[in-house]
Amino acid sequence: MARSRQRLVLSAGMDSIGVALRRRPKPVEQLIRGLLFFCATVSVLTTIGIVWTLLSQSLLFFKQVNPFEFLTGITWQPQIGEFGVLPLVTATLITSLIAMLIALPVGMAIAIYLAEFATERVRSILKPVLEVLAGVPTIVYGYFALTMVTPVLRSIFGQETVGFYNMASAGIVMGILILPLVASMAEDALSAVPQSLRNAAWAMGATRLEVTFGVVIPSALSGILAAFILALSRAVGETMIVAIAAGAGPKFTLNPFAAAETMTGHIVRISGGDLSYDSIDYDSLFAIALLLFIITFGLNILSRKIVRRFGEGAA
Amino acid sequence: MKNTEMARRLSRRRNLGKVLQLVFLSLTILAVLVLGVLLGNIIDRSFGISAIEYVSKYEDISADGALLEDSDDTALIETIVLNLRPRTLDAFEAEKPLDQRTRVELLEILEKELLQPSVVRSWSLMESLFARKAVNAELQELWPDAKARWRSWVRAELLLGSQSMDPLYAGIRGAIIGTFITILITMFVALPLGVGAAIWLEEYAPDNRLTRFIQTNIYNLAGVPSIIYGMLGLSIFVRYLVNVTQGRTILSAALTLAVLILPIVIINTQEALKAVPQSLRHASLALGASQWQTIRHHVLPACMDRILTGAILGLSRAIGETAPLVVVGASTFLTHDPSSVFDRFTTLPVQIYQWTSLPGDAWRNLAGAAILVLMILLLGLNSFAILLRNRYRKEMKA
Amino acid sequence: MSVALSTKNLSIHYGTFKAVNSVDMDFEANEITAIIGPSGCGKSTALRSFNRMNELIPGTRVEGEVIFQGTNIYTSEVDPVELRSRIGMVFQKPNPFPKSIFQNIVWGAKINGIHTDHDQLVEESLKAVALWDEVKDKLKQSANSLSGGQQQRLCIARALAIRPDIILMDEPTSALDPISTSRIEDLMDELKKKYTIIIVTHNMQQAARISDRTAFFLNGDLIEFGLTKDIFYKPRDTRTENYISGRFG
Repeated sequence: MARSRQRLVLSAGMDSIGVALRRRPKPVEQLIRGLLFFCATVSVLTTIGIVWTLLSQSLLFFKQVNPFEFLTGITWQPQIGEFGVLPLVTATLITSLIAMLIALPVGMAIAIYLAEFATERVRSILKPVLEVLAGVPTIVYGYFALTMVTPVLRSIFGQETVGFYNMASAGIVMGILILPLVASMAEDALSAVPQSLRNAAWAMGATRLEVTFGVVIPSALSGILAAFILALSRAVGETMIVAIAAGAGPKFTLNPFAAAETMTGHIVRISGGDLSYDSIDYDSLFAIALLLFIITFGLNILSRKIVRRFGEGAA
Repeated sequence: MKNTEMARRLSRRRNLGKVLQLVFLSLTILAVLVLGVLLGNIIDRSFGISAIEYVSKYEDISADGALLEDSDDTALIETIVLNLRPRTLDAFEAEKPLDQRTRVELLEILEKELLQPSVVRSWSLMESLFARKAVNAELQELWPDAKARWRSWVRAELLLGSQSMDPLYAGIRGAIIGTFITILITMFVALPLGVGAAIWLEEYAPDNRLTRFIQTNIYNLAGVPSIIYGMLGLSIFVRYLVNVTQGRTILSAALTLAVLILPIVIINTQEALKAVPQSLRHASLALGASQWQTIRHHVLPACMDRILTGAILGLSRAIGETAPLVVVGASTFLTHDPSSVFDRFTTLPVQIYQWTSLPGDAWRNLAGAAILVLMILLLGLNSFAILLRNRYRKEMKA
Repeated sequence: MSVALSTKNLSIHYGTFKAVNSVDMDFEANEITAIIGPSGCGKSTALRSFNRMNELIPGTRVEGEVIFQGTNIYTSEVDPVELRSRIGMVFQKPNPFPKSIFQNIVWGAKINGIHTDHDQLVEESLKAVALWDEVKDKLKQSANSLSGGQQQRLCIARALAIRPDIILMDEPTSALDPISTSRIEDLMDELKKKYTIIIVTHNMQQAARISDRTAFFLNGDLIEFGLTKDIFYKPRDTRTENYISGRFG
């Protein structure tokens, strides 16, 4: 972008000097600014799109089905007009809880190990492994749940207790999926604790472990908590693992070894089949999706609020 | 004495520490093992013995009653001509005359059209290698008529074949092409938009409420479950914009994926831009460069490697996505390979999902093989990203 | 002698903090003017206001005028981008572009539309900073391969290549070793024949060595401003005298 320049004599004189320094319209700069701003606004459009879609279609659904029934009913059988979403919600909750039972302890253990004890060599192996685990497509995890975890569970607990499709397999594998997320976020939180705090504790004669549990973890608590909540949100929103391994067909049960369908699994099964637009089945999917969105969105906001509110040093 | 008491307590504390450290280490090793088990399982499923039963036996339908192994090409052709329906025969002849076909091709026709094999049971690699006796026993007992053949489910035919009702002949060609075209479009949409938005946010945007709103919004979008993006895609791209996208097409799928990975690309690019030191920008501006000149000639080149790596990782994520594409309407049965963006489509993960959901061992073996292909693809892509980053770094140093 | 740059009632605020308080200064052309004072006294802030680089720091507010070539540069008609091609800057920490030595010098000229022969421009600029002999065989190598002192000289050459009227230097040798420092100081005398130089330095001896005039800042106020030999040998204000004699720093 060449601009021609005039060499000017150093002397006073408004006209000739003013021209040289004057603002020139730069159309290219303006154009680029505009384009870049547009790019940024696309993200806002996305959110508007999501909210509008979910709300408008759900509204159609709620015209035909009472929201209260929707939220409290324990049968989901569209054929007979029952649209109680609780079976799907409990299945989501149970699979997510099982996932948390795996991901939180193991994830924390790995995070503590990486942040406080690991040598460079261990880190250089472990971190890539975690990254690979995080990068495996969920469909592969689903396959793994169905073909490996379920048979193992069935041989441990017996084929009568554990169904071919069951929530436990899906939950366990979901835990493995989320494990790297918990580990890396918790490790970040632990590493962010200033070394001076550890030094102070060591100077008092505490062992390594006591320093970790007594000083470092409490300081990093908000970050760790935020990680847990974010992990839960991820588990709730997970689809393919439960779609393949947990079962098809909503069922209101608290037995983790039984088959049941989660909110996400239901959406993906129904939309994979023949679906006519604007039927009540079609609209019901959006109602479920709206509920799912509210739950995950709420969890995400909570997670960020915790980090901001309780920040560093407010243990 | 106080000292010995303290010493005893100290050693107890130390021991506890050591024990717990061991616990932590073992849990960590467990995580590594899980990865190994995952991979092992997939490989396990992709190879093994299959028990195949035939609808007809060659000896029963051949022209001279001889066995398959004893018949030469001419005899094979005779048998085919004898048994095949006239219209099917004409179709094959029109494609390529029978006497010009190789033995392999003739056998293919024989198998597919006349003998019609189907897999009644298949075993995994481990079972086939180490539990041979049990496998044989089961074979004898349940399927005495079946032929047991070693089968690698990962074979060239997998890559070349298209969707089929029969697991023996099904392939992922359509799925691979679908994945390829979809990702290409996703890339062309998401990358410019994402990098552009990040540049705006990091370099131009004033620190006001609008900017903060946009930033928060992007973080929120990054946490939205992918199936919700599928609903968005279904409602907006497939239905509302049907005149543009023509419905459940590759274009709709690609746009949905683009919107899905957009927040990730933006956040990653922002991180890359933040890492460029201010001193570089100041040096450029102090020479009388405009903001865009500074960004274009100095800031972007300085972090391009990170941007590219992040972009490729985003694309990796898009390649592996299943749920949103199922919702947007991937096909369960393609009649022909997609050739334009307005065609029906399927992608590799969706194909895997569909096969996994079908009953029968063979479909699951097939799914395992397809997963292997998918993982190799992703591995290649991520390695490419790392290579690209390293090469760019070397160029910068020169 | 003519005035290259002058300020009238210049005040600079960072948010609520007043960093520079109502300063009037005239900088003579083709002279070296040094601005000295203890850290935090506002000298760098003032310097950055001369080419509107202070605008890069959010929350900065400027009152008063800075007059260059007859115009107050803080009016809305003046283009800061254009201004900075007339008033160049060298920073405390050398910040060459991560490009080749050749590219470093040529890039500024390219974007400013200076159409001289590039090879000639590079040779001229590098000779002006006494760097030519050291790097003439490795012009295509990365600027990062140079030592700190060489990099800073490269940055000066880079600033010279766009033919500015004034060069601002913000503690240009504070990050360098004494040998590099003295080499750069040696350049100054030659440079002032063609350019006007305003240099901020916390090194009093440096100011005494190289500058024609000196300004002494304290807590945002301009305490004294005059010929260097007057400031250092016959300071009029006790505060100046105390600073010069090292009673505070």
